[in-house]
Amino acid sequence: MNRLNSHEEHPEGTVKKYVTGFVLSLVLTCASFFSVAYRLFPPMPLLFTILALALVQTVIQLVLFLHLGEETKPHRNLLTFLFMLSILIIVVWGSIWIMDHLDYNMMPQMTHSTK
Amino acid sequence: MSQDTTANTFFGFWTYLMTDCILFGTLFATYLVLHNGTYGGATSNQLFNLPFALAETSVLLTSSFTSGLAMLPSQLKDIRKVLFWFAITFLLGVAFLTMELMEFTRFVHEGHSWEASAFLSGFFTLVGTHGLHITMGLIWMIVLLIPVICQKTITPVSYKRLYCLRLFWHFLDVVWIFIFTIVYLMGVL
Repeated sequence: MNRLNSHEEHPEGTVKKYVTGFVLSLVLTCASFFSVAYRLFPPMPLLFTILALALVQTVIQLVLFLHLGEETKPHRNLLTFLFMLSILIIVVWGSIWIMDHLDYNMMPQMTHSTK
Repeated sequence: MSQDTTANTFFGFWTYLMTDCILFGTLFATYLVLHNGTYGGATSNQLFNLPFALAETSVLLTSSFTSGLAMLPSQLKDIRKVLFWFAITFLLGVAFLTMELMEFTRFVHEGHSWEASAFLSGFFTLVGTHGLHITMGLIWMIVLLIPVICQKTITPVSYKRLYCLRLFWHFLDVVWIFIFTIVYLMGVL
């Protein structure tokens, strides 16, 4: 990491990390783009492939660009991040789950008029 | 001395970014729920232009990369390098915003504005909120770089502010990964 004593608490990363992160992100973006543009897989596997590629790219950028997990002892940033992640999963997955069932439970003519 | 308050500033800013993640999360959830509510209008499949979205993604990704290069510790002594990389970041940010607005105007001109359907309301709210963040980031960048140009050096105060700005810029690129995947790629599946 950096050896500048005054910036010990907040890592800036190195050229190597930035170039690695940039190249990997670009490759992953192109991979998901081409797998959709040329329909490389059937729809369902394709959906999971691009979601997986997005998650991998997110982890790469969080670690190499936003320096998540590089901080020293108390790991405040990481803990806040994990807390946010749990809220995010509850909110996003919960909304989709509930709204899906709401749609299903509607009376036929209502679903028709709201769709 | 100021080390402690600087660390607190970064932690505070990080916490703000995390709450912003939740804001975007709710907008993503709304978009996903309303995605099929096209009200007989255009579907995402008919509207989106994938190569254009890929170009937007590349521009923003490069901008995020150059903002990181601008703040490398080895460069902080040479103010011209810092300003050079921030200038590149700024121009790429402007290019990205222009492309996004071009897409919005195209949709509105073709009659697919946010009023047309629930799907388009969700789309404009989600992508528009991201665009608003980019706009704020660009204004913030100008505001922070003026003192750096005037003082011809990076003071600890400037450093602290620029560090937060750089985190913000990286964060917006992380959000865009999901807009690209969930809105554009999944939209044409």
